[in-house]
Amino acid sequence: MSSDAALISSLQAGDADAFETLVRKYMPALLRVARRFLRSEEDARDAVQDAFISAYKSIRNFASNSQLGTWLHRIVVNSALMKLRSQKRRPEEDIEQLLPRFQEDGHQVIPSEPWDESAEAIMQRKELRKLVREAIDKLPETYRTVLLLRDIEELSTEETARLLGINNNTVKVRLHRARQALRAILDPHMRGVA
Amino acid sequence: MNCREFIGFLVEYLDGELQASVLADFEEHLSLCESCTAYLASYRETILAARLVSNEVLLNEAPEELIEAILQSRPR
Repeated sequence: MSSDAALISSLQAGDADAFETLVRKYMPALLRVARRFLRSEEDARDAVQDAFISAYKSIRNFASNSQLGTWLHRIVVNSALMKLRSQKRRPEEDIEQLLPRFQEDGHQVIPSEPWDESAEAIMQRKELRKLVREAIDKLPETYRTVLLLRDIEELSTEETARLLGINNNTVKVRLHRARQALRAILDPHMRGVA
Repeated sequence: MNCREFIGFLVEYLDGELQASVLADFEEHLSLCESCTAYLASYRETILAARLVSNEVLLNEAPEELIEAILQSRPR
């Protein structure tokens, strides 16, 4: 029996020590996820707390063919989304000007040029890491949430749609616009013309 | 297929969801258009950059006060 399988059995038997083991083992991962969605540390911690309590209450329903880490990941994402929904909307910047423009014949108005730098190179440069982080943070919330769920948490279009209560096509449209906006912000920096 | 249509198919293309007939047109446009080749490459790098930066582990912490708060709030 794996250590998680033993842990689940103990949790399902109502063992308080097992709950502490669960919290200590998975807390760092869950807190990192919550911090990606929620801008305030207090909100991120609340979401993690809600997630563990929710997990505790529903551990009897845990399907034995699931991975405990994956199951907890879904729960904390849900807690973070619920927290986001309860918050007042922030003023949002229009991203229209960051989307490519096309001529009547469908060609791009300004042709795209190859980047000199790779994503790995971004990780070597502090100012570019900051730029990416701030660019994601500035996205309108509906776009940022879809980008986080699809590209960072690596959920499917269907699962993202279900969590947000929107249809698959809306997920794809928002994801595409979020990626295009980020690409446009990075473009001059990655071509060395910023 | 023109550039506008090509760029409109990027999500489905990267998800492997393009139908064969559309995929053939998509790849034909890709082989002919330098601008869209550059756009696709930078679009991929953007996704990777967002993922790398977001997954950058700055802190791998488990605040003790949060652990205590969770243990205290466990339903009895």
